[in-house]
Amino acid sequence: MNESHTETRKDPMPRFSAAAMREVETIYTRYPPEYRRSALLPILHLAQREFGGWLSRETLEYVAELTGIPPVRVHEVATFYTMYNLRPVGKYHVQVCTNISCWLCGSDLVVKALQEKLRLGWGETSADGRFTLTEVECLGACVNAPTLQINDDYHEDLTPEKVVEIIDRLP
Amino acid sequence: MGMREIPGEKVVYRNIELQDSHLLAVAREHGAYAAARKALGMSSEEVIEEVKQSNLRGRGGAGFPAGMKWSFIPKDNSRPHYLICNADEGEPGTCKDREILRHDPHLLIEGMIIAAYAVRAERGYVYIRGEFVREAERLQQAVDDAYAAGLLGDDVMGSGFRFHLAVHRGAGAYVCGEETALIESLEGKKGQPRLKPPFPANVGLYNCPTVINNVETLSAVPAILERGGAWYAGLGVPKSSGTKVFSVSGHVVRPGNYEVPLGIPLRTLLDDYAGGVRGGWENLKGVIPGGSSTPVLTAEVCATITMDYDALAKAGSMLGAGSVIVLDKSVCIVRAISRLSRFYRHESCGQCTPCREGTGWLAKIMNRLEAGQGSVGDIELLQDICNNISGKTICALGDAAAMPVAGAIRAFPEEFAYHIKHGRCMVG
Repeated sequence: MNESHTETRKDPMPRFSAAAMREVETIYTRYPPEYRRSALLPILHLAQREFGGWLSRETLEYVAELTGIPPVRVHEVATFYTMYNLRPVGKYHVQVCTNISCWLCGSDLVVKALQEKLRLGWGETSADGRFTLTEVECLGACVNAPTLQINDDYHEDLTPEKVVEIIDRLP
Repeated sequence: MGMREIPGEKVVYRNIELQDSHLLAVAREHGAYAAARKALGMSSEEVIEEVKQSNLRGRGGAGFPAGMKWSFIPKDNSRPHYLICNADEGEPGTCKDREILRHDPHLLIEGMIIAAYAVRAERGYVYIRGEFVREAERLQQAVDDAYAAGLLGDDVMGSGFRFHLAVHRGAGAYVCGEETALIESLEGKKGQPRLKPPFPANVGLYNCPTVINNVETLSAVPAILERGGAWYAGLGVPKSSGTKVFSVSGHVVRPGNYEVPLGIPLRTLLDDYAGGVRGGWENLKGVIPGGSSTPVLTAEVCATITMDYDALAKAGSMLGAGSVIVLDKSVCIVRAISRLSRFYRHESCGQCTPCREGTGWLAKIMNRLEAGQGSVGDIELLQDICNNISGKTICALGDAAAMPVAGAIRAFPEEFAYHIKHGRCMVG
């Protein structure tokens, strides 16, 4: 599903902070002790948040070591799900839905406005590292189409004008 | 929010428009957790019987009777039992559960307490689609508040019943809405569906008996316990009891989530609730009635069809998750279906050859047709591929990919033929 391949990172080997380790322990409490592997998806989400918004090969190896899950299993999970970024993404990951309800309500025009504003094509990151533009499948906000997601937040009922305003307002 | 004041009885959206409806204090002020308290004073069997009487069918798409599903859980307690709420809402057109997660999470938690008590599950999970970050945060807050109030934990409401509930985020994979793929994902694996049987009722999460219900299904349970199964069964029409939330999107004046009794005429839903078709009823081309996997209905059928399981099945489509996608006459059907085929190609988990190869093939041909490069024989080829996917895969994603293509060819054959003959769309 997630067609990207993992990249290596230039920084030193990642290690969770003490605060992140406490989060890991909290995550583990949600599952029976003998099924700690259930914590893998949440820990990968945490790792992505902690290590710059993406999962490098080194990060996946670290998660494997930390959880005791074989590295190949961690790798296959990370590559299966589209929300795990296997390459660096910009400070703002702009994910635009173009699926049917959004398309019917004008996502083509929203995409055009966004691409012109950001001067980016699908999958590209701006040279200053601020924006990555990604086309995504259904975001599940169809009655408020067109919709996009910037990092953790949805923006709905978009128009070409509104989407430019949203980008302009970002700090 | 996309919801309007509507007449008639609401069951799952009854408190959703209140100010701060997501807060425990507000929810309690409006009756939350009274039904759970009532259920905890009954036997598990009595609770299941009440839900059976209600004729509540699963609102996630399959429409399986909820009470019957609960009764499949083995009576013995030699292994732990689990309850999972499927909040992996991801089918194009579908966005009803999100409103419950955002605006009435305590209704869902209450429904889960009742369901867990009925199937004797001590642990439950809400598997929520990963993109719903804010919804997951709000639900987590509601869970924390419920724990603090003694509504969850080792002694639920002082009843001696133990129920622990956790929120688990997915990570972007439509297939994880399929119950066994969801279980795999919750176990920390790739979300690839399992062969059934064995069914989750016997071999589910951690190989233990597991019940999986949709958000909307579980959210209907408190009202059923409060007012009785017979009351709920009296709403709607025979074999399609109760209310349903329809997500109406696309070319209507007021897209939105509308809770109405099952069996409502589609035309009433569109005209009276969604503000009518853009440009008037005469401008309607067709409706995808239950989410992207359900075959499109022509305007002629839309004029008289009612929104219930049987009527839609009879018309060659499905109620699905109640995701009504409205297409006006400006829409090129080939392009619309091509977009959906791209979705299914992207979301196929790759486990079964007919689906992995077939979804890609369908998308490629649909794309080619749309681009005006179709060949004579493409329609037959599409139909052949659909036949070779349908029923030949572990889960229903393959069927879900094939149905809209085959359905559109049935409903709008002239548009496909025109694309091939003229290399362009007959619309616009």
